[in-house]
Amino acid sequence: MSSNTSARRPYVRSMRGWWRRDRFFMVYMARELTAFAVLLYSVVLMVGVVRLSQGEAAWNGWLAALRSPWSVLVHLVFLLSMAVHAKSWFEIMPKTMPAMFIGGKRVAALTITRAGWAVTVLASIALLALACWGQS
Amino acid sequence: MTDVKTIEIQVLRYRPEQENEPVWQSYSVPYTEDMSVLQGLQHIKDDIDGTLSFRWSCRMAICGSCGMMVNGKPHLSCQTFLRDLLPGPVRIEALAHFPIERDLVVSVDKFVEKLESIKPYIIPKEARELAQGEYLQTPAQLEQFEQFASCINCMLCYSACPQFGLDPDFIGPGVLALLHRYNADSRDGGSKERMEIINAQEGVWSCTAVGYCSEVCPKHVDPANAVNQNKMNSAKDYFLRFLSPKGAAK
Repeated sequence: MSSNTSARRPYVRSMRGWWRRDRFFMVYMARELTAFAVLLYSVVLMVGVVRLSQGEAAWNGWLAALRSPWSVLVHLVFLLSMAVHAKSWFEIMPKTMPAMFIGGKRVAALTITRAGWAVTVLASIALLALACWGQS
Repeated sequence: MTDVKTIEIQVLRYRPEQENEPVWQSYSVPYTEDMSVLQGLQHIKDDIDGTLSFRWSCRMAICGSCGMMVNGKPHLSCQTFLRDLLPGPVRIEALAHFPIERDLVVSVDKFVEKLESIKPYIIPKEARELAQGEYLQTPAQLEQFEQFASCINCMLCYSACPQFGLDPDFIGPGVLALLHRYNADSRDGGSKERMEIINAQEGVWSCTAVGYCSEVCPKHVDPANAVNQNKMNSAKDYFLRFLSPKGAAK
């Protein structure tokens, strides 16, 4: 049958507001959104490096700016966003890598996710310890 | 005898000859504890409204024909039970992200074209004579692709993929999982021929790792894993071409 005699008239549904349609999509969008917080925090750190290169006064100015109430509030938002971002990525991590086998058995997805968190916790403790040691 | 229990089933109808856009229609369906959503629809078609269109075949999650949105989520209607959706109403719609052909029937033309394009068959690494015997595989080699071979082409993963919804040219999770099924098979030598599809804009790079495809898959294929493994393969293919210009795909 040629196309001009076809009775087919497929209906294409709109994608508007697709991310509100399913909770899974909202969690995904939270991951995408919190990526901006990660980006902004890295910019704050980069500014710190630049200020350090500009001498003691610049560096102390940057430190003082970090202690302002607004900065503390923003950093709390950064921390929360980072946690959400990390949680989402560690959940998807097993899907992003080839199957791993230890002793002939496949490593479970949950084990990979937990390993991600374990490394994060250890790295955070090491960093905090380093920071405290630097203070004393 | 006990009273007959009923449940309300709302179906998104679309009859192109009489409607410009889909409309909801409600049916009151008697149900029993062991009735699937598909059986509910069959009751409607047999006893209430013969004009309702939907696809089905095996009734046991093998054929992949009866995928639809049940209360907004992609499911095989044969393995979704009315008793789990009480008290209702149960809202049923054609698989999301696909054009609706009629009622719960979607257009699969593009899906089939994509499926053909990936050469979903083993392209032997080496030509062998019959006398050389079968291709042997170790359990470890089997495990590399076995889960991806479980795909039944039900397309639920496409309905779970917003990137496919936004760009219908995206090859999509199911077909990419099947592509990986053949590439990951130790007997296959066709991965170079399939590389161009992986590398394309509509290939693996259209995926943003939403991951819902793997959640809804009724066969635990984990298409998100197949797609994301091939991002790595695609990146390797891209960078290795600088090291060995002759060896890489186009």
